[in-house]
Amino acid sequence: MAEKTFESQMERLEEIVRTLEKGETPLEESIKLFSEGTKLSATLDKLLNQAEQKVTVLTENEQGELTEEPFDTEGEA
Amino acid sequence: MSTIYSVTQLNTAIRDLLETSPPFRNIFVQGEISNFKRHSSGHCYLSLKDADGAINAVLFRSDAMRLKFQPENGMQVIARGRVSMFPKTGAVQLYIAEMMPQGAGALQIAFEQLKKKLEAEGLFAESAKQPIPSMPRRVALVTSPTGAAVRDMIRILGRRWPLASVVLFPAQVQGAGAAESIARAIALANALSDADVILCGRGGGSMEDLWAFNEEVTARAIYESALPVISAVGHEPDVTIADFVADLRAPTPSGAAELAVPDRAVFLDTLRKNEGRLAFAMEDRLVTCGETLFEWEARLKERSPIRLIAERRLLLDGVIERLENRSPRHTIAEMRGVLAATKQHLTLAAGQQVRRDRQRLTLSAQRLGGAATARIHGARLRFSHTVATLDALSPLQVLARGYAVVRAEKKAVVDAAALSVGDTINIQFHRGAADCRVTNIKKGRKA
Repeated sequence: MAEKTFESQMERLEEIVRTLEKGETPLEESIKLFSEGTKLSATLDKLLNQAEQKVTVLTENEQGELTEEPFDTEGEA
Repeated sequence: MSTIYSVTQLNTAIRDLLETSPPFRNIFVQGEISNFKRHSSGHCYLSLKDADGAINAVLFRSDAMRLKFQPENGMQVIARGRVSMFPKTGAVQLYIAEMMPQGAGALQIAFEQLKKKLEAEGLFAESAKQPIPSMPRRVALVTSPTGAAVRDMIRILGRRWPLASVVLFPAQVQGAGAAESIARAIALANALSDADVILCGRGGGSMEDLWAFNEEVTARAIYESALPVISAVGHEPDVTIADFVADLRAPTPSGAAELAVPDRAVFLDTLRKNEGRLAFAMEDRLVTCGETLFEWEARLKERSPIRLIAERRLLLDGVIERLENRSPRHTIAEMRGVLAATKQHLTLAAGQQVRRDRQRLTLSAQRLGGAATARIHGARLRFSHTVATLDALSPLQVLARGYAVVRAEKKAVVDAAALSVGDTINIQFHRGAADCRVTNIKKGRKA
């Protein structure tokens, strides 16, 4: 995942939409915002549709060391 | 001197004493039900007894309705209530608020007592609740790594919000040491602190099965967790201490998973709407810009030098025209104009004269024509007259006077030279004719 969170990107998109809807920004700025908004929208769409859930399990061994390993839910009956 | 009480005063004093003494205001009593009677009003009257004693008890209608079991004579119960006295009879009674069958009752008491204690400490206070993040990036599960609960939670989290990673902190959720195991897992999840929320729970079971979530160790671990905790214990009707102390109570593990993360379907919908708004706003912006451009362009043209020059030229032309009206050239032109007009006038007049003459000529011609006709008529008359005269001179008339006509081969013979000796000729007389033979020819001049 990108360093920016989904939430912050979503907020940015909404901010762009609101700014554009006010129609007060200069045209050139509007075009830049539109382009940014379109890219953000595509990124977010991809995130939502292509994200794959990552599941791990954290266990402590005899030496008290923690290890994080993939957790396979399918293996459980 | 000792005060003398009336009976009523005594009873009232005893009642006041009972009702203000802490142990009697909220007391648990264990005993066997006897003389159970449900009045038509809904209030229940009974006695609680044990081997050596008995006490009357009352269960008011509203409390009786909340009982989770049907009281029967001979049933061992634990009742909670207050002790007071009924002044009319002087009978000391137990006013029961809650009652439960013994056995499960032991746990229930422990539950009630711990609940009361922790509530008094403020562990359940709304102010102690932490907000649940709306969009966690990492979700910690404190539960058993086996069983349906963990699978349900992972499945629902993945379906709704796969963007969040899930980390499982395995815990023993039932049996001896379960509470300590849960508390340790919660502490561990906090120590690693890269999760945003903890789901803590297990699937359904009996009250004993769920007991680890009714223990103080678990309750305090949840309370002390820096990360918000969603309780996810058992089935819908099960309520545990963990539910009270958790920042958010979910009825089941699946329910906790639903509460922990947003639904991506909602976000996809929001995203679609935002895309639409974005496109519409941009289009609107472009249209507005276009209109503004058009307007300024029009205004610019109005003020363009070309237009100004054109306007000045118009003015100049006006001035020049006025000036030219007064110039000699103009006068000459004017004179020329007059001359041309006169010329035209003259031409026109001449034309008219010609037409008039022509008309007159035509008239004369007609008149002349008339005269000619008359003359021809006269000539015809004269001709008829002449014909009549000629008729008088006709050859037949001449024959009558003794002349004859000589014909050769049916043609009149006027010259003797046309005849030869021996020719047969025909002589026509005024009356009758005779064929004769030429015997002699004398050529000569006209007779």
